[in-house]
Amino acid sequence: MRLSSGKPFAFLLALLALASVALFLSKQWLPVTASQHAAILDQQLHWTLLDSAVLFVSAQLLLAVLIWTSQIDGKNTRKTPPRAITASVWLATAFIALEIFTAATLGRSAWAAMYTQDVNPDTVRVQALGQQFAFYFRYPGADGKFGPIHVSKIDPSIGNYFGLDPLHDAAARDDISSATLVLPVGRPVEIMLLAQDVIHGFYIREMRIQQDMVPGMEIPVRFTPTRIGKYEIACSQLCGLGHYRMRAFLQVVPEQDFQAWLRTHAH
Amino acid sequence: MRTEVSIRAGTQGAFRRYVFSTDHKTIGIQYFILSLFSVFVAMALSWIMRVHVAWNSARIPGLQHLSAAGAPGGVPTPEYYLSLLTLHGTIMIFFVLTVAPQSAFGNYFLPLQIGAEETAFPVLNMLSFWMTALALVVLLATLFVSDGPPQSGWTAYPPLSGVGIDAGTGLGRGQDLWLVAIGIFCVASLIGSINFIVTLMDMRCQGMSLMRLPLTCWAWFVTAVLTLLSFGVLLAAVILLLLDRNAGTSFFLPSGLLVSGKLEEHAGGSPLLWQHLFWFFGHPEVYIAILPGFGIVSHIVSCSSRKPILGYKVVVGCMLAIGFLSFIVWGHHMFVSGMSPFSGFLFSIPTIVISLPATITTLLWIGTLWGGKLQLTTAMMFCLGFISTFVTGGLTGVMLAHPAVDAYLHATYFVVAHLHMVMGVSAIFGIFAATYFWFPKMFGRMLNERLGLLHFWLTFIGVYCTFMPMHVLGMAGNPRRYAMLTDDFLLPLIPLHRFITIAALATGAVQFIFLFNLVWSLFRGQSASVNPWNGTSLEWVACSRASACNFQESPVVRHAAYDYGETNAGRDFVLQSDPESVQLR
Repeated sequence: MRLSSGKPFAFLLALLALASVALFLSKQWLPVTASQHAAILDQQLHWTLLDSAVLFVSAQLLLAVLIWTSQIDGKNTRKTPPRAITASVWLATAFIALEIFTAATLGRSAWAAMYTQDVNPDTVRVQALGQQFAFYFRYPGADGKFGPIHVSKIDPSIGNYFGLDPLHDAAARDDISSATLVLPVGRPVEIMLLAQDVIHGFYIREMRIQQDMVPGMEIPVRFTPTRIGKYEIACSQLCGLGHYRMRAFLQVVPEQDFQAWLRTHAH
Repeated sequence: MRTEVSIRAGTQGAFRRYVFSTDHKTIGIQYFILSLFSVFVAMALSWIMRVHVAWNSARIPGLQHLSAAGAPGGVPTPEYYLSLLTLHGTIMIFFVLTVAPQSAFGNYFLPLQIGAEETAFPVLNMLSFWMTALALVVLLATLFVSDGPPQSGWTAYPPLSGVGIDAGTGLGRGQDLWLVAIGIFCVASLIGSINFIVTLMDMRCQGMSLMRLPLTCWAWFVTAVLTLLSFGVLLAAVILLLLDRNAGTSFFLPSGLLVSGKLEEHAGGSPLLWQHLFWFFGHPEVYIAILPGFGIVSHIVSCSSRKPILGYKVVVGCMLAIGFLSFIVWGHHMFVSGMSPFSGFLFSIPTIVISLPATITTLLWIGTLWGGKLQLTTAMMFCLGFISTFVTGGLTGVMLAHPAVDAYLHATYFVVAHLHMVMGVSAIFGIFAATYFWFPKMFGRMLNERLGLLHFWLTFIGVYCTFMPMHVLGMAGNPRRYAMLTDDFLLPLIPLHRFITIAALATGAVQFIFLFNLVWSLFRGQSASVNPWNGTSLEWVACSRASACNFQESPVVRHAAYDYGETNAGRDFVLQSDPESVQLR
């Protein structure tokens, strides 16, 4: 009676393994890619997913086979030869070595592509500010300088999201503030992330960008949009009751449209 | 020692015997009941969350009576959703996953398995339990404070958790009580861990050398060391955050915070400091929850395969290695936190390496099964379920160890799936296995096997249906901790969310079979023999629970912990306390 649950369980394990793989393959679950480094990140994601899938299926099937073929009461047990211990250690080490190799090659490149891109004169520089429960953006304007932030002057109701003081700060006069992020296609971008109250998360799926915005810190994210379109910027760090609806949009447009947009928003 | 025995013999009143008892077995059962209560509360909270995410205007019957403001008409508000999420995580991590495998089963069985009459510090042990109970009361009290329960998640990142009511309801008194509850819990855990370590080191009976310890004892020992080294750090962090909130300090709060239009009077603090302190505790905590499961699975797989565990010393070495490595991987929770990207790989490589001992242990379990005479009891089925789900959850952990992969999947449902597969399923399966295996020893009756197997089958299918689809939600870019899915990007994922909710509710309902089995078997279960599973370790030669002492006379150990197989005594196992003459063939 007891042993009768062995074979169905082995069958179930095999079924679960295959169903899980089918679920992953049933659809292209990852959103489209729209930035330069996205391809290498996806490549690494797919490699590690493949590593994991092979091991997942092998382990579940091995478990299933052992249970399926397990002996009936009355027979003696068989000793596992001690070399199985050595084999286990080597098998595990090989798997870990493969993972470390992936990390050291693909992973390193993908991480470097996200964090150590150079800033050159062509780079579009933007600041993003997270607050409960909205994102705001600003461009430095023609002078290329961001005016200083005066926390006491922040007032979203009059559009002064960044606490600018154009009367006293020359650098602030041509700054362009916006509730939408507009970027030109094909040019590198550096977005300096700021937060005003609590930690927020800056998550653009299609750009394969996720970075926390931490009060008291200025954290740069760099990427190069490669695909024209409208993308959601979602908050990815628990920030309070409006977390689920904290979002903005990124509009990637051709260069001339970007210049036109800057002109219409310039003071 | 004599006085302890007299207490257990009942010369003191029932109050000292059942409530403020210093007997490790009673305390173990008290912890078990506390975690059983907690797990059902926290599971109920998750049902409300799941229903709300999938059908965001659905009314939860009766919820308005728990909180009129939090759930007007029975529909939870977004802030109440966050409170449910916070309490679900906190109760599960602390009061279930830390308490049940370690404090409950460890307390009951560590002294029995090492042949001790008592733990080293029985009164501290009692204190530890009652402080844990107090911590739970304080935590649950947050449900009833006027400005609502805390909303900053079980990780309580400042500034959200630090600036008080300005950042949202529930972040006032509710958050303070949360911090106090965790602080009390930390002290209780520290006391408990010292008791475990000293007991294991000093109270082993004659012949019980370290290499003869059952693997459960090794697991509880390593877990106790992790607890001792990590909970102190959390305690410090919690006190500092309380000071930030109430005494005007700024450990975690930088200057220039403008919260709901109000400029906060803080300067110089670092929000990342909290994350470093929290995860320095938080990652060992993951192993505090799972390592006792390693011990339990090793113990039961060997017994139910009727074979010695493969590579005993290697398993011990792996547990020690996991314990050590668990202290240098915390930064993998912080890849996207704003920590220097150069430290990414510093934490990534040890995180990948920590799966080496875990993988070896898993392979050794599978190697133990090979050629075994499998006794597919409910306890064993849960162990096999543990191995299956631990492989599943562990492999996604290796994926998330890669910083660039994490940078996309961090804070999505992929992580929710990963952590629930390991902590919410594997660790819980370890607890279930231990319950079915040791219930006869604890209560003198067998749990009903038919109900047990039904419980196992439905739970096993249910957890895969619940958590497997969450991986693909994460790949699709569904952020976690969203009270509702309202935007165009996430709306197409709602059907999958509904499937998950139905699976979760069904799996939850199945747990009442377990609860029924516990209660029914307690009174009506078949009487258990002294050693119902033909085990080798000392808990199976100890006196029955009703008697005054653990052992009639202090046992002498002459055999290794897992001598299963044909013997010259006509049975297929050698008790650790058997005479020298009994030997494996």
